[in-house]
Amino acid sequence: MENVHAIELKNITKTFGKVVANKNVDLYVDKGVVMSLLGENGSGKTTLMNMLSGIYLPDEGEILIDGKVANIRSPKDAYNYHIGMIHQHFKLVDVFSAAENIVLGLNEKGRLDHKAIVNKVKELADKYGFDIDPNKKIYDMSVSEKQTVEILKVLYRGADILILDEPTAVLTPQETKKLFDVIRAMRDDGKAIILITHKLNEVKEISDVVAILRKGEHIKTVRTSEVTEQQMTEMMVGRKVELNINRKMPENQEPRLTIANLSLTDENGIKKLDDVGFIAYSNEILGIAGIAGSGQKELLEAIAGLRKIDKGSIIYTPENDSPQELVGKSPMAIKNAGVSLAFVPEDRLGMGLVGSMGMTDNMLLRNWNKHKGILIDKKDSKALAKDVFETLEVVTPNIDYPVRKLSGGNVQKVLVGREIATSPSVLMSAYAVRGLDINTSYTIYDLMCKQKDNGTAVIFVGEDLDVLLALCDRILVMCDGRVTGIVDARKTSKEEVGLLMVKAKEEA
Amino acid sequence: MDEKMPLIRIERRQDISKTSVWMIRIMAFVLALVIGSIIFMICDVSPIEAYKTIVIGAFGKATGIRQTVKIMVPLLGTALALAPCFKMKYWNIGAEGQITMGAVGAAFFAINFYDKMPRSILLITMGLSGMLFGALWSFIPSFFKAKYNTNETLFTLMLNYIAIGIVAWLQGGPWEGKQGSQIVPNFNKAAVLPKVWGLHCGWIIVILLVVFMYIYLNYTKHGYEIAVLGDSENTARYAGMDVFKVIVRTAMISGAISGLVGFMLASGQNQTIYADIAANNGFTAITVAWLSQLDPFAMVLISLLLAGLSKGSSSLKTAMGVPGSISNIITGIILLCLLGCEFFINYRLIIRKKEEHHD
Amino acid sequence: MIDLVSIIKAAVLNGTPLLFGTSGEILTQKSGNMNLGVEGLMFMGGSFGLAGAYIYSNMAGNNAKGYMAIIIALACAFIAGVIGALIFSFLTVSLKANQNVTGLALTIFGTGVGQFVGEIMRIRIGGNVTIPNNLKNAFVEPVMPLFLRKIPVIGEVLFSYNIFVYLGIVMVVIMSYFLHKTRKGLNLRAVGESAATADAAGINVSLYRYLATCIGGGISAVGGMVYIMTISGCVWNYSALSGEGWIAVALVIFCFWKPLNALFGSILFGALLILYLKVPLAFLPTQIYKILPYVATIIVLIFVSMKQKKKNQPPQGLGVNYFREDR
Repeated sequence: MENVHAIELKNITKTFGKVVANKNVDLYVDKGVVMSLLGENGSGKTTLMNMLSGIYLPDEGEILIDGKVANIRSPKDAYNYHIGMIHQHFKLVDVFSAAENIVLGLNEKGRLDHKAIVNKVKELADKYGFDIDPNKKIYDMSVSEKQTVEILKVLYRGADILILDEPTAVLTPQETKKLFDVIRAMRDDGKAIILITHKLNEVKEISDVVAILRKGEHIKTVRTSEVTEQQMTEMMVGRKVELNINRKMPENQEPRLTIANLSLTDENGIKKLDDVGFIAYSNEILGIAGIAGSGQKELLEAIAGLRKIDKGSIIYTPENDSPQELVGKSPMAIKNAGVSLAFVPEDRLGMGLVGSMGMTDNMLLRNWNKHKGILIDKKDSKALAKDVFETLEVVTPNIDYPVRKLSGGNVQKVLVGREIATSPSVLMSAYAVRGLDINTSYTIYDLMCKQKDNGTAVIFVGEDLDVLLALCDRILVMCDGRVTGIVDARKTSKEEVGLLMVKAKEEA
Repeated sequence: MDEKMPLIRIERRQDISKTSVWMIRIMAFVLALVIGSIIFMICDVSPIEAYKTIVIGAFGKATGIRQTVKIMVPLLGTALALAPCFKMKYWNIGAEGQITMGAVGAAFFAINFYDKMPRSILLITMGLSGMLFGALWSFIPSFFKAKYNTNETLFTLMLNYIAIGIVAWLQGGPWEGKQGSQIVPNFNKAAVLPKVWGLHCGWIIVILLVVFMYIYLNYTKHGYEIAVLGDSENTARYAGMDVFKVIVRTAMISGAISGLVGFMLASGQNQTIYADIAANNGFTAITVAWLSQLDPFAMVLISLLLAGLSKGSSSLKTAMGVPGSISNIITGIILLCLLGCEFFINYRLIIRKKEEHHD
Repeated sequence: MIDLVSIIKAAVLNGTPLLFGTSGEILTQKSGNMNLGVEGLMFMGGSFGLAGAYIYSNMAGNNAKGYMAIIIALACAFIAGVIGALIFSFLTVSLKANQNVTGLALTIFGTGVGQFVGEIMRIRIGGNVTIPNNLKNAFVEPVMPLFLRKIPVIGEVLFSYNIFVYLGIVMVVIMSYFLHKTRKGLNLRAVGESAATADAAGINVSLYRYLATCIGGGISAVGGMVYIMTISGCVWNYSALSGEGWIAVALVIFCFWKPLNALFGSILFGALLILYLKVPLAFLPTQIYKILPYVATIIVLIFVSMKQKKKNQPPQGLGVNYFREDR
């Protein structure tokens, strides 16, 4: 038969409560083909693939494997259909060795013969060109090694269909290159490979076809060679990307934060910041670019007083007042010293907000200790919650409804709304638009610009270079915990920033 | 033929009305009573008669009610003590030991200073000393939790038995009355809590505690810190809270209240001290606190229920010759049923509809 | 001189109920279930084991055989434990109830049931239930051949024990082999470390948790039976048995969740439990001896958390219920 595909999805729909994650998706992949599944954050890529790997069950529609209807109810079923998924968050047992993780859950006969397993894993690794020590414990491994174990795990189970969920997000360029070599080796071996991604250059580089999802719907599948990055973007976002950000030239700039020689080591003894230094000025947006995990998070947390630092200084210069050192101060001490610092952390519900509380109680996080006495005063917070609710158009049943149950965009509005309400002199934000739809994203950009115009020093950690180039005044690029360059956002190019993002690695 | 869905699958509920919640709980309670009747039938006792005897025994006469409240007081007090810890997701299961140490603190003054200070001062000193002992006993695991993230569940559990061992030693050693009796003599009258309405005044203290804990958890900065920390430690740090301080302080407040319960048990209820003075209140209170979802007023209800059951069962023992341990069995069944029914509050079962097939 | 041989003997005998209680709980905790109901399970095992042997001796009369009494007591205790643990598993695995609270509720229930069975037998018979002496002896008499027992010192220290000691040793060796040398054991450990990982690897998390918890519960319950039938002399003794289950839980931590360590740990704890009889020290009151196992456990607990080594940590998923769609 002609129309037998390695895998075919027919009319798949999946909803979570009222949210439609996937709607009537039709999609297929053939053997010996690498397909990219392209879409923005929240476009339903991962949900769709989770239905192939048995994590979720579709509400409607069917999945065909080799032309036959497959009934995938659990990850185990998925393996039986030779589907293997490599999740973004690795599913490995820390205290087990690589080999133990790879054979986990297999009902092979006989006792657990460590030697034999190690040999088999080695054989498999050599076949596709992986570099791995099967006896190494997971807790001693780097991210890229862990990913290797994950891929070997599914290959060992004889997977013919491999799904990789944003595999390069955590890799260095060299590691990415290695991974792509392995993917090509697997494709040549006749496997069907699905790559979830939102990086266009990778789509072009590695995949044969690209399927584009938007808001849970399948827009189109095209041959990669027949499409340009611009066209893909348009399909992905649904309209031409014209980042219409109203960026004014900064005026009356003065230094707000002066950071010098900042170094810190995390709780696992890994150096996260290495001799970082820069100045953040008032009336400007300073963008921070870099591959995920280059130290952006640690930098912001260090400034907020949440991290112990090894050496260096963070000097805050208020308007019309003398500078003061922030290093060694706790967040409360920083606040009590009159430093008005706002911080929108990356982990919204895990750090910026309390998921089980409503808007009012979340507003309280910034001023719970303001009044004297043992009782808590919610009056200001209630007013602020109402204000944020109205001005930012937060969609919630009421202001005491647990924020955990709100959608990502509304959660972010609550968080950003609270942080800018203090009219801070420094505003830091990490991945402020991650997972948000275009409209909400623009709301956030707008708010950032307004803050800047009001004289705030805004520090904006972002991942989308187009946004950084259009929104910021200057861009600081980080790589491996170091500052590899600070460029003028109006004059630089994506290529220049991209190069700086990988600079240290190439030199090392 | 394809079966896309498993027959039954479960899904987290988004929202559920208060009425449904209580309907589910009441159904679980009724189920527990039904299972309990099997136990009665094993004893050749009519379940209906048995339940009637329990209810009348517990709530029928003034003396019965008094007994029930007497059992309820330490249980409720301890559940209140545990509430802030659980709200913080600090699994203090060491109330048993904290009660015991509180009793030690109170007994110390009762035994050594009963004739050296006026009665009111003595009683207040005993209470404060009990609180201090309970707080210190609770400080130990919380310090290690806050500093090294030492598992507090297991730590507090071990401390229970150490506290009990210490009292066993005091009982047979320094505080022993008649040589070889292994009993601490009854406290002097001065060291005994006065009675109000025929019952030691501990019940008044506990009523005050209910109100205090309600306000403490919902309307104070401490309560707010506890709630934030219980949800996410990072958020607490982000909001400028001193996590170490909050953990240790909350554990110590909890220990102090447990210690106060220990004081009431020693001074009011038993007028002496012995190794088992906490009488499992520390453990049962955990289930009370959990089932009331840390609401102080719900705790009143649940502890009243369990206390009534306990008192009623002892009437049952005298009236029908049923073993006294039946009270533990029925309590256990009720607790297990109520724990199980939470599932139906938090999740929804989705049963696959039969699909029609046209071949 | 302190009689070392007699101390060791007594330590082993007193450690054996703990060995069962602990190794059962190790198996349970390895699956990620923290069943704090061991105390209740041991009560159930003790009472049902005794009841089983008693009913057997009544029914068989003069024909009652010692080995049959042992088998029946074992089976009754084990089944009682399985039922108790089944309640726990159903609530925590299927209904996702909080494990700590469920364990405590199980303790309340189990001690109640144990005491109830003990009491009702006494009420029905009108006195302490016990079994004839010949059956009693079967539970406590040495099982090793005479020539081994006659070897000086070694015979006493190694070969002088009742059947449960050797049964316990065999059991922990098998359990250790199972956990570390078999695929099923690897799967079980994975369930306890990270249920999501195990699930993604196609392991039936619920099944493993159910089985490990129920079998573990059965083994723990046997510990209660061994206590009643050997140490307590085949007589129901509520106050003597109480606390054993909690020591067993302590021992799990003390042994770093390893069955073979439980072998030595239980002997050590057994020694601590009887040391006050054998080695009275003037400066150390007897009651203080009894808290030594708990003190030792706390020290281990603190030490482990301070070191933060990856080895010797509790199973990472201990106490956490698993629901696949929670992510």
